[in-house]
Amino acid sequence: MTVRTDRRGFLGLAAAAGAALAVGFDAQGALAAGAADAPGAAFNPFVRIAPDGAVTVIAKHFEMGQGASTGLATLVAEELGADWAQMRVAFAPADPSRYANLLFGTQGTGGSTAMANSWLQYRKAGAAAREMIRRAAAARWGVDPAELDIVEGQVRGAGRSAGLGEFAADAAALTPPAEPALKPASAFRLIGAPDLRRLDGPSKTDGTAEFAMDVKVPGMVWAVILRPPRHGARLTGFDAAGAEAVRGFVDARALPNGAGVAVYARSTWAAIKAREAIEARWDEAEAETRSTDRMEAEHLALLDAPTYQARGEAAQAAAALSGAARVVEADMLLPHLAHAPMEPLNCVIEPLEDGVLIHDGCQFPGLTQPIVAAVLGLRPEQVRIRTVFAGGSFGRRANPTSDYHVEAALAFAALGGKTPVKLIWTREDDLAGGYYRPMAAHRVRVGLDADGRVVGWDHRIAAQSIMKGTAFESVTVHDGVDHSSVEGAADTPYAIPAMSVGLSDWTSPIPVLWWRSVGHSHTAFAMETALDMAAEAAGRDPLELRLELLSGESDDHRRLSGVLRLAAEKAGWGAPLAAGRGRGLAAHKSFGSYVATVVEVTARDGRVRIDRVVCAVDCGTAINPDIVRAQVEGAVGFGIGHAMRNRITFDNGAVEQTNFPDYEPLRMGDIGAIEVHVAPSEAPPSGIGEPGTPPAAPALANAIAAATGVRPLKLPITRAGLSFA
Amino acid sequence: MTIELTVNGRRRSVEADPDAPLLWVLRDELNLTGTKFGCGVAACGACTVHLDGEPVRACQTALADAAGAEIATIEGVSGKAAEAVRAAWRELDVAQCGYCQSGQIMSAVALLESNPAPDDAAIDAHMSGNVCRCATYPRIRAAIHRAARMMEG
Ligand code: FES
Ligand code: FES
Repeated sequence: MTVRTDRRGFLGLAAAAGAALAVGFDAQGALAAGAADAPGAAFNPFVRIAPDGAVTVIAKHFEMGQGASTGLATLVAEELGADWAQMRVAFAPADPSRYANLLFGTQGTGGSTAMANSWLQYRKAGAAAREMIRRAAAARWGVDPAELDIVEGQVRGAGRSAGLGEFAADAAALTPPAEPALKPASAFRLIGAPDLRRLDGPSKTDGTAEFAMDVKVPGMVWAVILRPPRHGARLTGFDAAGAEAVRGFVDARALPNGAGVAVYARSTWAAIKAREAIEARWDEAEAETRSTDRMEAEHLALLDAPTYQARGEAAQAAAALSGAARVVEADMLLPHLAHAPMEPLNCVIEPLEDGVLIHDGCQFPGLTQPIVAAVLGLRPEQVRIRTVFAGGSFGRRANPTSDYHVEAALAFAALGGKTPVKLIWTREDDLAGGYYRPMAAHRVRVGLDADGRVVGWDHRIAAQSIMKGTAFESVTVHDGVDHSSVEGAADTPYAIPAMSVGLSDWTSPIPVLWWRSVGHSHTAFAMETALDMAAEAAGRDPLELRLELLSGESDDHRRLSGVLRLAAEKAGWGAPLAAGRGRGLAAHKSFGSYVATVVEVTARDGRVRIDRVVCAVDCGTAINPDIVRAQVEGAVGFGIGHAMRNRITFDNGAVEQTNFPDYEPLRMGDIGAIEVHVAPSEAPPSGIGEPGTPPAAPALANAIAAATGVRPLKLPITRAGLSFA
Repeated sequence: MTIELTVNGRRRSVEADPDAPLLWVLRDELNLTGTKFGCGVAACGACTVHLDGEPVRACQTALADAAGAEIATIEGVSGKAAEAVRAAWRELDVAQCGYCQSGQIMSAVALLESNPAPDDAAIDAHMSGNVCRCATYPRIRAAIHRAARMMEG
């Protein structure tokens, strides 16, 4: 899965014998086709069919493990009638005019939108190719196209059969259909098939999968950045004399924006050693100097008087609570968290005759291309991007500031702009380097009537805004409310009467960013913990209370209650458990999908073992059901692992965690078993990379409360005096 | 100084400090980039290679200590256990981002070479040094069981 781009940023498509058929869309979104290798006909397609039968899908979404490349290939293969064995994937170059995410308007992956926005587009490209191959075959055989069908890569009919690639060259001369017919769901053979293997599977088991960390270009130097100890500090000077003794050290240069010192060397190791020997001086006048305790106190204080109203009216909620038979209330605190993708951030930037080429597991070319161009004084199209596999992201690689690309560009320019530079972050850089899931405080007060029914809900949130000050502000911030701070609470599907959601922004020089499931990563915890506490106070079954709030006719109610029932049934909800064991439940809608999770734990003397996790998911049509299950398994691990024991803390503004030993990741053996049940659906596909995360942490906390009577209200759960066996 | 190594059955000589970590020599000098950097402090297992058949963390193995040993990396590891592990990994689609999987596979192969039928507890104990941020652990466990069955047959 590698792809070359030529000087104009078009895909380099190695010419096989005879012309290949390329099908894609023009800048207006109309289907376009041609011979892939014809001079002057260069355009960036979605699918390329070679005469030897290889069908290459050009993935406009990057692959961070979520399976999007396999998913996009599935859509094309389904409509084309290809055999799975003939499918290949290449990553698209930066070209937002062709490869925009249709939900964002620019090229990028995020918000669990890859399959949702591509669902019709990639099928259409496959269907157009099918139609053109069929017409080409019909012309060659002198039969009516209606007599021909394409199944498992073979054109069949009129008593004949041949591989579809044999007609690629002829088809390339035809005009694509304007609106090719798409298959009905009942005719799907590959979409929804349980046994398609991931196209990236083999290269990820023999070391050949290429990540940016593996890229080496001739003449390249390796670079690391010496960054300030506190976010917001600026470089005033440095002394690199100590680095001269490090074998392989090349040079050290101040980044022109004062963000740090770029240290260049002839190997990664030399760069790391040289950096240790450099002394830098910082101006800390604007730097963060608070400690975590104080940050938490400030967040809690902000809950007393929310600045913005995100839903309902505070007075109405207050009236409902004052008339309630009882009020359940809790303050909750959720910590700063790092994404810590397995592949530490890095990219390679090299000079071209008329610009630069960036090798990167690039999540958001639509941002990175213009931002790097501005830094280097180039036009956007002079910044080529070659996308390779990304070793995880969880949101970190999509950044409104394109932070690590900008660092690489500055380091490249500071060295003269002629030498290729590979920027590498170490794990220490990653944990201390910012762009965290913001700390969040929630205060929830739930009013119950004498029968234990919810009659009012006063919900207050304090968190640092992710979107304010970014290019996304105009679409995500309304009347001061950053939707990403309140999503999952202000728009909860539960039919909660007299609900008010207030918001206050906390501010800091610490950079924050979306982290797998964004605001849902904390709002779901608050909602599902509060519901559990309400059920407990009312002496009601937590499942039954939730179903009562989801008893309407709406799609949301039908689908969220559907996964709740499915998860409860599969988990044996309500079956008696031995002493010391407990079961917890949580459900949440995010990114258009619905997930319910049941966690079972055993607790003894303050030690908790997670025995089993059962999830039910409704994500619309499951294009690749096994990838859906894998994503939910991973999202559950991500949610539970951080909830168990992770937080980023600050001591007078300096990050205290240095490497995995003090940001201890989920490990093998931490979770006994995870079962994922996919609800059948013919709705269009919705998100799957993120929705498994939000309900995981509250389901665990609720299970712990059921088993021990200790209600975790501050994350990580180790703060409640518990440990994990 | 010049140091002689045997990597995947081939003699290689490299110019490097004897205390340089094997990881960076494999990756930056010998272009064997299948072995990954995840933490540099022996806390994640992404850099796992075999020295004379034993799994070690290449980020904490000094070059001098690797000289004289048979070094196997993901690119060259072979044998019955390696074949079974790769096949099981593909059948169960263990990999997500894939970045940790070279290390996972090297650890799993070493496990099966010493214990051809590990139970869950043995797997959890042996594999707990290998982090997967994508949390593919349930599939890693299932794939090791499957590989063990393949090796029987
Ligand atoms: S890189 Fe060696 S254990 Fe993490
Ligand atoms: S597959 Fe991504 S870290 Fe393991």
